[in-house]
Amino acid sequence: MTDLREHAADIHEQFSDSLDVGVDEIESRLETLVSEYQVPVDEARRSIVSTYLDEADMDREDLSGGSTESASVADIDAPEEWLDVTVKIVDLWEPNADSIAQVGLLGDETGTVKFTKWAKSELPELEEGAVYRLEGVVTDEYQGRFSVKLNSATTIEELDTDIEVGDDSAEVEGALVDIQSGSGLIKRCPEEGCTRVLQNGRCSEHGDVEGEFDLRIKGVLDDGVEIHETIFNQESTEELTGITLEEAQEMAMDALDTEVVVEEMRETVLGRYYRVSGPTLGRYVLANDIERLGAPTDAERVLIRARSI
Amino acid sequence: MSASVPTREVARRAFATEFNDATYTFKESDDDRAPVYSLLPTGQRANRVFVAGTLTETEDVGDDSEYWRGRIVDPTGTFFAYAGQYQPDATSVLRETETPAYVTVVGKPRSYETDEGDVNVSLRPESISVVDGATRNRWVVETAERTLDRIESFDAVASETPPEGGEAVAADEYAAMADTQYDPDLATYRDGVISALEDLEPEADEELAAEV
Repeated sequence: MTDLREHAADIHEQFSDSLDVGVDEIESRLETLVSEYQVPVDEARRSIVSTYLDEADMDREDLSGGSTESASVADIDAPEEWLDVTVKIVDLWEPNADSIAQVGLLGDETGTVKFTKWAKSELPELEEGAVYRLEGVVTDEYQGRFSVKLNSATTIEELDTDIEVGDDSAEVEGALVDIQSGSGLIKRCPEEGCTRVLQNGRCSEHGDVEGEFDLRIKGVLDDGVEIHETIFNQESTEELTGITLEEAQEMAMDALDTEVVVEEMRETVLGRYYRVSGPTLGRYVLANDIERLGAPTDAERVLIRARSI
Repeated sequence: MSASVPTREVARRAFATEFNDATYTFKESDDDRAPVYSLLPTGQRANRVFVAGTLTETEDVGDDSEYWRGRIVDPTGTFFAYAGQYQPDATSVLRETETPAYVTVVGKPRSYETDEGDVNVSLRPESISVVDGATRNRWVVETAERTLDRIESFDAVASETPPEGGEAVAADEYAAMADTQYDPDLATYRDGVISALEDLEPEADEELAAEV
């Protein structure tokens, strides 16, 4: 029996931060499986860990290290790492799934990163602009972009301080020369924390799902010297195009085709000048603030320059 | 993070006069799919351009299928844009827009040799947008500035004595190429910039004249 006790202690150690469960309880569960149901001890252990992972809303990979380390946001370069960070909540976005309590952008002096907080984890509400010590967040990666997830093992402590969030926000301007595929009225996977954009009703991770409508534009701003890829979320797409999500859905319904939405958007915004600013995510600038640029203001200066050559 | 993301070609800004002079084209790799560049006489390669002007005339010049030509006039000259079945969006704009109208065009330079042996440069639109006058005027100032940038760096290259048998440094590669291919009279393009801006800002012009 000491064998089982040791296994129980191991498991207890792995979940001590996230679950209120005693070694005795774990041992008795193990014993039931091993003695009564003749399950090999490795299999029994696996089964119990699975149960607790579900309860704690954690992934198996999350257990690998067990220990966490203090890190800066800019250091995040691999998925499935447990980290402690001291960060400011830069931006809160509208969660697009019931399973998500909060989603947004957090940052420290070194930069910003997306975060997701699960509803199931029942963590306290984070407030925009507040600074927190977050212990035990898990990094994740999707298509080369990193994010952190707060789970029920994460501890949150609000700090009475301020952080100058790293300047990885950008202001760019230029002519909107392209709207890329995957723009307009799109559907996202409704699975917990997934939000992947569906292709023909399919999520690359979860297969056929009943998608949730969203608006998005992936656009290219070009100033004649360089290009800036820009993502407009639902709110900024509505502001940019004057088409609301509701109107977009009606348009698509009337035409029996979602493509009409992006076509209409192309007509309204392509080939015009804009200045956008917002945080950067990978190679994208997230357009939080949008300004349509009208008549030139510096013709005289350029004329003087031309005459001086 | 994502090193394999292909880079998108910047849309260069050039007035019609310079664009139509960009008759020399080249590739930078033997790959069939390598981009084709037009060489702007002020010393820049262009695989894509962004232009603005007044769409003054549209005509379906196709034989069997629709093939639309649009004349787009800027302060210095005329861009000729051709769009057919492979540019459905641009084609429908050319078909349906009532001229005259201000437009902006994102497109690729295309050159072809006429029966007389001249090389004509035209524009194959990726998109055409009907815009307001303010947008067109912003383009004029922006294009003026970009053109001056090129003229200045061209001059900088020209005034340096290149080392014996030395190659031009990469940054000024296209100025050197333009020098060889066209031996351009940059004053023409600078004068084009000045008159484009003067058209735009008559008041500013008067003020300057008064000062001088």
